[in-house]
Amino acid sequence: MATEVHAAEGATGYIIHHLTPLTVGEGFWALNLDTLFFSAVLGGLFVWFFKMAAEKATADVPGLVQNFAEMLIEFVDNQVKDSFHGKNELIAPLALTIFCWVFLWNFMDLFPVDILPLVGSLMGIEYLRVVPSTDLNATFAMSISVFCLIIFYSIKIKGPWGFAKELMFQPFGPWLLPFNLLLKLVEEIAKPISLALRLFGNLYAGELIFILIALLPWYIQPALSFPWAIFHILIITLQAFIFMVLTIVYLGMAHEDH
Amino acid sequence: MSINATLIGQMITFALLVWFTMKYIWPPLFDSLEERKKKIADGLAAAEKGQEEMHLAEKRAKGVLKEAKEQSSEIVNLAQKRANDIVEESKDTAKKEGERLILVAKAQIEQEKQQAKEGLRKEVAALALRAAEQILSAEIDKTKHQDILSKISNQLG
Repeated sequence: MATEVHAAEGATGYIIHHLTPLTVGEGFWALNLDTLFFSAVLGGLFVWFFKMAAEKATADVPGLVQNFAEMLIEFVDNQVKDSFHGKNELIAPLALTIFCWVFLWNFMDLFPVDILPLVGSLMGIEYLRVVPSTDLNATFAMSISVFCLIIFYSIKIKGPWGFAKELMFQPFGPWLLPFNLLLKLVEEIAKPISLALRLFGNLYAGELIFILIALLPWYIQPALSFPWAIFHILIITLQAFIFMVLTIVYLGMAHEDH
Repeated sequence: MSINATLIGQMITFALLVWFTMKYIWPPLFDSLEERKKKIADGLAAAEKGQEEMHLAEKRAKGVLKEAKEQSSEIVNLAQKRANDIVEESKDTAKKEGERLILVAKAQIEQEKQQAKEGLRKEVAALALRAAEQILSAEIDKTKHQDILSKISNQLG
């Protein structure tokens, strides 16, 4: 139905409409309400589920909810143990949060592209972009937070001088100091950028393809959207997993003293 | 598409989520996992120990049984030996008793023989006396020759 409405504006209009966030405010102080709302709801869902499991946690025979929560906990714990050798109370909960939250963001991608915007339009909301990971703000918020933690732990573990030495004298020794510094700075800054853009790019592209499929005649749509959705189940899990593992690896590197 | 204040809002949400997870979600779930791991390990260790103890007890029982068998066969042997001894002993006693009885019988026979001899002698003496009496009564006064008669009778006895 939505397709027909926007058919008048052409395919471009339809696509742009679907990728435009619901925004209030102007300039930098504008807020993408849909991103904030959906990520908060999904974060609440994550916290609610795990809190429920944690409250009933018992060392005896676990229930269904606890079993599932423990499966994820153990999975994340194994990842952390594999790539992080220091001692840090924050890493594992951080990794769990990132994995679950990103997964839930990405999962929004599997809802048919028109359903939630349609509900929104019935409530008088003109624009609605339901997948938080197709918003650069969401992915960058997470990767910049991780970046801050990387810098924080680098300085905390290696000391300000140790961290500075690593930036200046590696990998080519003190005689190539400016070159080292440049290389290291690029390496560090590339971390949050690649984290954010990888997630954003994958999900944005995936969403775009769903939108393009939605533009096709209805009798072709299932043949394309069904395999793409199945493929996407892999993508959304993989992207959540990659974000989590890279976070662990980067923080592990921050903890390694040379 | 552009970066705006949503970034800050998302960062705050993210920080809150991480804080909540670290404070209220991870520790209880992780602890219960660790506790269950420990419980299972303990249970397995206990089972192994129990099995080992069972083996030991079995071994001990076998030992005790063997010992008992040995003891019982020893007892049986002893009893057999004792029975043999008793039989031998009783045989011995019986033999001795028999011999003794024979001796006693022999002595009795001897005694009776003596008595019979005595009796006979007395009778013979009496007979002789009576005969002599009768012979002598015709010629000799009994009282007069009492001395001689008794002397003879003593010699006969």
